[in-house]
Amino acid sequence: MRVRVHVFLKPGVLDVQGKAVENALHGLGWSGVSDVRVGKTVEFDLAGPDPAAAEGEVRRMCETLLANTVIEGYRIEVA
Amino acid sequence: MKAAVVVFPGSNCDRDCKVAVERSTGASVHMVWHAETALPPGLDLIVLPGGFSYGDYLRCGAMAALSPVMAEVRKAAERGVAVIGICNGFQVLCESGLLPGALLRNAALKYVCKPVDLDIVRPDTRFTRAFGSRRRAVMTVGNGEGAFFADADTLTRIEAEGQVVFRYADNPNGSLGDIAGLINTGGNVLGLMPHPDRSFEAELGSADGALLFQSLLETA
Repeated sequence: MRVRVHVFLKPGVLDVQGKAVENALHGLGWSGVSDVRVGKTVEFDLAGPDPAAAEGEVRRMCETLLANTVIEGYRIEVA
Repeated sequence: MKAAVVVFPGSNCDRDCKVAVERSTGASVHMVWHAETALPPGLDLIVLPGGFSYGDYLRCGAMAALSPVMAEVRKAAERGVAVIGICNGFQVLCESGLLPGALLRNAALKYVCKPVDLDIVRPDTRFTRAFGSRRRAVMTVGNGEGAFFADADTLTRIEAEGQVVFRYADNPNGSLGDIAGLINTGGNVLGLMPHPDRSFEAELGSADGALLFQSLLETA
């Protein structure tokens, strides 16, 4: 199955990269843009038949390596 | 004194650290590759150097924190061996949970590389006692992701426990609490963004980094 993990800085953690992108979009005329957050997506194939078990395993991957939960949150998609 | 410098793929201050520790203290310094599963016996000091371990991929220090040698560093830290993480090494210590908090991208979106004034908040630690009555030091910073962050509760705890060792006199990167260097509650693990290894001889602009390493001679 294909796994997608989205990692973003938590609300309240200053995302200077998001801020820079927001300023650039404003500079290009998109004045309605606000609260830009830049995250990352980690995608991979995972062997095994059971999506529910996979989600638990991917959560452990997130807690161990893929996200730093001091500053980041994550969202898991299993398809 | 016997010391080790851990070398991760992408470390680039490992040899600076070796020279700095050798010249400051006369210690014999072993270079230890990150894939090692044992440290040399009888170490007084372990240095995690600056650089871009694992290319800074995923997050600075994230993969280095999980490398085989870090399990041994953790055990040594639990035994009370002095551990210093400098710059990327500080990031590795935070990622490994040996120190609280995390390092974020600099608030001003710039890589900052310059000498900075540091307030010595804790002159009584095993890493700072050689500063004597001095309360100010100069060391060079070089970082793009050096803004210390911890949530409000953690920050309160860090301050209450007296874990802040160095503060920036003029915060160059947006670190919360102007925190430049942090110690664990056990008092034997220090992380700092400024480089004592780039500030250990007058010819480098400051020799204050040597005092940090020399402080350890008393407990070696």
